[in-house]
Amino acid sequence: MSQVRIPPVLREAVGGARDLEAAGTTVSEVLADLFARYPALRDRVTADGELSPFVNVYVNGRDVRYGDGLATAVSAADQVILLPAMAGGSV
Amino acid sequence: MSQPGTFRQVSVADALRIAGDRRIIDVRELVEWNEGHIPSATLVPLADFAATIEAVVPDKSTPLLVHCAVGARSMRAAAYLGQIGYTDVVNMQGRLAEWKALGGVWEQPAQLLSDAERRRYSRQLLIPEIGQKGQRKLLDARVLMIGAGGLGSPAALYLAAAGVGTLGLVDDDVVDESNLQRQVLHTAARVGMGKTESAELTLNALNPDVAVIRHPMRLGADNVEALVAAYDVIVDGTDNFETRYLLNDASVAYRKPVVHGSIYRWDGQVTTFVPYEGPCYRCLYPTQPPDELAPACAVAGVLGVLPGIIGLLQANEAIKLILGVGETLAGRMLLFDAMTTSFDEIRLWRDPACPACGDAATRASDVVVAAVGAGS
Repeated sequence: MSQVRIPPVLREAVGGARDLEAAGTTVSEVLADLFARYPALRDRVTADGELSPFVNVYVNGRDVRYGDGLATAVSAADQVILLPAMAGGSV
Repeated sequence: MSQPGTFRQVSVADALRIAGDRRIIDVRELVEWNEGHIPSATLVPLADFAATIEAVVPDKSTPLLVHCAVGARSMRAAAYLGQIGYTDVVNMQGRLAEWKALGGVWEQPAQLLSDAERRRYSRQLLIPEIGQKGQRKLLDARVLMIGAGGLGSPAALYLAAAGVGTLGLVDDDVVDESNLQRQVLHTAARVGMGKTESAELTLNALNPDVAVIRHPMRLGADNVEALVAAYDVIVDGTDNFETRYLLNDASVAYRKPVVHGSIYRWDGQVTTFVPYEGPCYRCLYPTQPPDELAPACAVAGVLGVLPGIIGLLQANEAIKLILGVGETLAGRMLLFDAMTTSFDEIRLWRDPACPACGDAATRASDVVVAAVGAGS
């Protein structure tokens, strides 16, 4: 099981959790496991079956767009971070 | 040559005669060194002596000449050198003023700061990476703060305190009571006052020498380029995507670094975008997300200390960019979680296909680059 960091703006979709364990050997499988349990998350993270352009996925600090995308391998010891564009300054 | 554990004492006149054949070690403090020194000497202040001398002079048979201002501190240094095995140590017993009077070579560094500036910034002048030259850079620097709110407050306060000479403040808002929980530039008495006006009062009360330039307007397509072009570093504390993308494209066009911060409840992010050296915001998120993905503090809430922490990390980045020292967050994003007091770091990459800074970028910003390039 990999550890997935849920960013604050997406926590409502997963019942408030900050970190979740998810099964899978690729980013795609890990996300599918989360979507099965938290359907609301799917719409926030994907668009037309692809990763939303407004959400980046990092495996051990590396953007999967510069790896193998959704096919990027994930092992049990890896940390996955979902990171949406964040606008909130505080003017 | 002396016996191990000993050293020789010589007069200033004798020191002058033998100086050319010896490695000269000045054991005074940096502030004294900055007033003038023997050009070929190496500064090893007595306070750091034991910790650093063996790295500075690894060969213990090196002929050494140690001196200070009058010969007392250097005598202690010479005795220590003898104890730890340096075999050829000479102490100059006498005043450094006499060295100058007898025609010894001398270097007087240009005074880059006024007496008042040297007093005010004395604690950071002592830092080797700053010194007078670094402080001069800070005093000559122009930093543009986008927003005089939660992130801009701590950043502007500390940049003003550090002596950043010119601070531009872009904010069209007025101080509201609900701002005061985190926007420490403002005060209860100034509720209703324009934020840039309130900020100027606070910043000039702290440091009257800082030129605060008020831009009481919203950053928009009509003013972004003129603003970005007029400053060296931009500290971004905007609260909406539109401004963030406008700022990104203009800063890429004018090659100005942007220190980016954002906050949400207990979580904050900070990174530094240095055009063409690291990624820009569009390398991360190529197109502007819809506004509903941008909850403002007014809707989402924010812990007051969070912008304090993130804003000061931004100020730290700005200072390093101005000084040209250290390692900035270009290519890295720091994620801070106040709830667990933990930091995560992710790697950010330049996207060769980036619409703003990529290889084949055809955005209007590139036309600006071409125009600027042709004009200079």
